[in-house]
Amino acid sequence: MFSNFDFNVIERSWKYLFFDGMVFTLQLTALAMVGGIIVGTLLALSRLSSIKPLSVVAGGYVNLVRSIPLVLVIFWFYFLVPYIGSWVIGIFSGIAPGAVAWLLDALGVRWTAGQPIKVGAFSSCLITFIMFEACYYCEIMRAGIQSIPRGQVSAGYALGLNYWQAMGNIVLPQAFRNMTPVLLTQTVVLFQDVSLVYVLSITDFVGAASKVAQRDGRLVEMYLFVALVYFVLCFGLSSAVKKFQNKIAIIR
Amino acid sequence: MNYNWNWKIFWDAHPEGTGTYMTALLGGLGWTLSTALIAWCIALSLGALVGTMRTTPTKWMVMVGNAYVELFRNIPLLVQMFLWFFVLPEMLPKGMGDWLKQLPNAPFVTAVICLGFFTSARVAEQVKAGIGSLPRGQTMAGTALGLTLPQTYRFVVLPQAFRIILPPLTSEFLNIIKNSAVALTIGLVELTSRARSMQEFSFQVFEAFTAATLIYIIVNIIVVNLMRLLEKKVAVPGLIGGGGMMGAGH
Repeated sequence: MFSNFDFNVIERSWKYLFFDGMVFTLQLTALAMVGGIIVGTLLALSRLSSIKPLSVVAGGYVNLVRSIPLVLVIFWFYFLVPYIGSWVIGIFSGIAPGAVAWLLDALGVRWTAGQPIKVGAFSSCLITFIMFEACYYCEIMRAGIQSIPRGQVSAGYALGLNYWQAMGNIVLPQAFRNMTPVLLTQTVVLFQDVSLVYVLSITDFVGAASKVAQRDGRLVEMYLFVALVYFVLCFGLSSAVKKFQNKIAIIR
Repeated sequence: MNYNWNWKIFWDAHPEGTGTYMTALLGGLGWTLSTALIAWCIALSLGALVGTMRTTPTKWMVMVGNAYVELFRNIPLLVQMFLWFFVLPEMLPKGMGDWLKQLPNAPFVTAVICLGFFTSARVAEQVKAGIGSLPRGQTMAGTALGLTLPQTYRFVVLPQAFRIILPPLTSEFLNIIKNSAVALTIGLVELTSRARSMQEFSFQVFEAFTAATLIYIIVNIIVVNLMRLLEKKVAVPGLIGGGGMMGAGH
């Protein structure tokens, strides 16, 4: 069956696949995970907040993003980020023009008032995935926070802690600990989701493989190899998460 | 910001000639829904089968079921689409492969099969969890009454398990609708792809994506409400969240 296949194409291109493609994928996954968990936790705190407008806005955003396909979210942000970016910079340069000019210089972004900014492929994808995955991390963190007995928060307040102290010292550390396996499982999903940046013709792992595949006319070999690599990585990661889950499980 | 809003764009003629941009989007919705619905039938039947296999006492069945689920869960959907679309026709005998490639609706058929198998692994997880949530004594009671194991599954276990897992199945159904957008990479002209082409033709990015987003939300709301009705109808009396005494309060 494999007689007329040319698996040499992998030997010829593996450096490009891993050092260009996989590095992009892994960087994006790692940064989007960190950003997503931070933004997601803030969203969860907002959703559970007693300040009504805050919880309505956060809940609305999370439900909105969770009801549309990731591909559409990628397209949305690809076109929106230049506009939102310019708008945000406009606001901040009204407050602190010096600091903003320095920051823009450091990031290499050129900005003219009223014009959409130019955003690189990586930053655009990073913002997209942070804002998308944050919604899923938010729901996980919300479940984690809600599983903490209310009495603990009351005890914190009774001891004189304020909201942030009670959250930061009592609730969130436990919520993180309980939810770590679920957060990691979601990260494996994120790692698979990153492949969808293909729709923007970006060279992630799948994008790199597809470029080589089309150049050399070796679709079958390349896509089988890509599937194998993803399977090994994801299976390994999720097995590790399962082991870890058993290890840290609190016996109740 | 210098963006020219033009909400009347939806009533302009689509450059590909078949009606307006609006009809193009709605046509895309048709493809999205038909892909999702047919794929859902595959997912539900295969998922029920595999999920049930994983709870039987037969060891090899459990192993096959587990391998099936791991295979479909650990490869990204996009890569699975490519495997079905580009790789499978080459792996088959030449005549069959050529027939597959020349199907008039190859992207549609491929997307349905791919989404069906992909989602079946997730359904299998839910079915397994649903069966696992039933007291073990029920299977024992069934076999003690003289039912065979398949009969126990058919008349005792599965009817309850399916009713218990309706809420997670609803979210899997919503997922299959969303995931059908990935099929735009193999050329299926579903809703997201139509919004994207509307943006390319008319340059009205935000109108196109707003319309697609609204359509997805409306579909979501309809599905959620229909499933809620179904859940109420088939709720198992006596369980928390089921019908009967507990549900009567509100």
